[in-house]
Amino acid sequence: MTLATLLPLMVAVPIAVGGLTMLLQRWLVVTTTLLMLTLTGGLAAAIAMVVMTADGSVHAHHLGLFEAGFAIAFAVDAFSALVMTVALFLTLVSCVFALQVGTGRDPLFAPLVLVLMGGVNGALLTADIFNMFVFIEVMLLPSYGLLVLAKRGRGTLTSVIGSRLYVTVNLFISTLFLAGVGLVYGVAGTVNLGQLAGAAQEDPLVAAAMAVVLFALMMKASVVPVHGWLARSYPSTSPAITAMFSALHTKVAIYAIYRLYAVVFEGDSRFLWIGLVLFSATMLIGVLGAVGEKRMRSILAFHMVSQIGYILLGVALFTHAGLTAGIAYLLHHMIVKSGLFLSVGAIEHTHGSDTLEDLRGRLRAEPLLAIAFAATAMSLAGLPPFSGFIAKFSLILASIEAGAIVAAVVALIVSLITLQSMLKIFNIGFAPTVAGPDPGTPAAGDDDHSRSEAPRVPRTWAIPALALAACTLGLGLGAEGLLSLAGVAADGLLDISAYVEALR
Amino acid sequence: MMLALSVGLLLGGATFLMLQRDRFRVILGFVILSHGVNLLLFATGGTLQRAEPIGGDLDPSATADPLPQAFVLTAIVISFAITIYMLVLAVTGKADPPEDDHGARLPRSEDDPAATSDESAATTDDGPGATGDADRAAAPRTDQDIEGGTDAAGPGEHPEEEVSPR
Repeated sequence: MTLATLLPLMVAVPIAVGGLTMLLQRWLVVTTTLLMLTLTGGLAAAIAMVVMTADGSVHAHHLGLFEAGFAIAFAVDAFSALVMTVALFLTLVSCVFALQVGTGRDPLFAPLVLVLMGGVNGALLTADIFNMFVFIEVMLLPSYGLLVLAKRGRGTLTSVIGSRLYVTVNLFISTLFLAGVGLVYGVAGTVNLGQLAGAAQEDPLVAAAMAVVLFALMMKASVVPVHGWLARSYPSTSPAITAMFSALHTKVAIYAIYRLYAVVFEGDSRFLWIGLVLFSATMLIGVLGAVGEKRMRSILAFHMVSQIGYILLGVALFTHAGLTAGIAYLLHHMIVKSGLFLSVGAIEHTHGSDTLEDLRGRLRAEPLLAIAFAATAMSLAGLPPFSGFIAKFSLILASIEAGAIVAAVVALIVSLITLQSMLKIFNIGFAPTVAGPDPGTPAAGDDDHSRSEAPRVPRTWAIPALALAACTLGLGLGAEGLLSLAGVAADGLLDISAYVEALR
Repeated sequence: MMLALSVGLLLGGATFLMLQRDRFRVILGFVILSHGVNLLLFATGGTLQRAEPIGGDLDPSATADPLPQAFVLTAIVISFAITIYMLVLAVTGKADPPEDDHGARLPRSEDDPAATSDESAATTDDGPGATGDADRAAAPRTDQDIEGGTDAAGPGEHPEEEVSPR
């Protein structure tokens, strides 16, 4: 009996507690406490896993001790432990924000988030592509619920239109993913990652089947040209849930792309150019999409598309430097993006709108939120001393080193446009004295709704965003730690022998 | 060969249906799509060996591969659940203005006056913070826009914006 035997608990406990909170939903204090305890416990376990795997070791467990290939296999290495830690931390922060603003006080909030957490943990830990499909579904089903939760009871078209798109797209992606899994099983005779290791490099049929799986995952990660759904559906729910989704959903897909390309293709250099082209296009088109948007969260969602290009560029380079930078970028981006959504969400919850033109001149100065937003926005654009600088700098260095000069140039140009876009939000949403009309001017109509009477954002609502801003600053200053951990994770992807060995 | 043709036919029909504008046909398309993919999954286990894989004394050359069957079972449950959910989403909000159907130009959901008043009438268990915020935000606008109907919030604002000095 090793510690790895406990891995399935990362999935089982959240789902079991989720069922329990479902029964106890009348007592909101109890469910909220259980939610927070489970999330904190999960976070502690994930941190313990980071410590355990920081030496590059892989821990695996076959459920029920069945033979490899038949058992449901769970495996954790530095990469999955790191992603899981950040994902759980951000879920926790988003839940705190959701409880503050009211979204989290719905009786169904705790069960849905807990099942979501179980699904995310499972998708990150599983070493079997069919179970990856199942866990992604476990993750998606509560998400569908969370997506409409914020507008529950209204039953209007506007409250479900984002969900319609989201559910339709995700069902299509899942079906495609499943077809891919079926094809892989048909040609390779197994869906276990340990047995599939390197199979795609040897057999073009496996490569073609695996390409279907990877294509489905890229749709899920919203890589151009299949990125349109994300920017439309994410802003349609409440800000706290957008922040949570941004940290979980696309990131699980990115994790899976890294993992599958590393294990099944063994980083096959024949196909890397496809990634370079697609991900450079993602960077550029995502950021250009944001230029025309008028809602703060839509702008941020398009930036997410653009940033996904950066993150995946790491796997398209498939050098040690590239993978390290990509993983560091992934962790940094999860934190920063949630921080941005949370600080914008505080404004939106106070003023009831996140359309820039609506907000112009209606806001009061919110110094705390402004600091949180400015820090995360600068980090997103890649300015020192925040984590964005380190991540972007190492990524650009890695792409120049690998000879992908065009990708490096695109990354630099996109940074500038990102900064411009962030300034647009900052000027209107967070620095009203710069962009709005003079104080006292009627701004929202003929009534005397001037800035001095505008509602204030409660101070405490800034805390989650500030915490994330502090994280990005901390990761930026302590970049050595971030990069060395990401380096261990990258080693695990470059040399998969430990991973394969653990799965035997 | 028959199997491949059937899968192709199902997927082709599903693609055709999913490209229709009607929401219900899209959902039917998904039903057929999942049937096609399930058939594909079955096919991956080989179709010649048909004996049931249950019991202790099995002939490996005759028994069917149980793994694809387990895959299909899981997939059926999941796609069934999501299809039902999609049907619910499809009938929700049927009475609302048809312009939203395009998906491109949505009225802003947060400050839609009709939605807000619907909500305060219909729900009691929504998060108190969220309800309060939405009401507060809509308050300055409802005075003048209440007669304008659902979509007045958007266009109703622009004249005022232009009048106000920058």
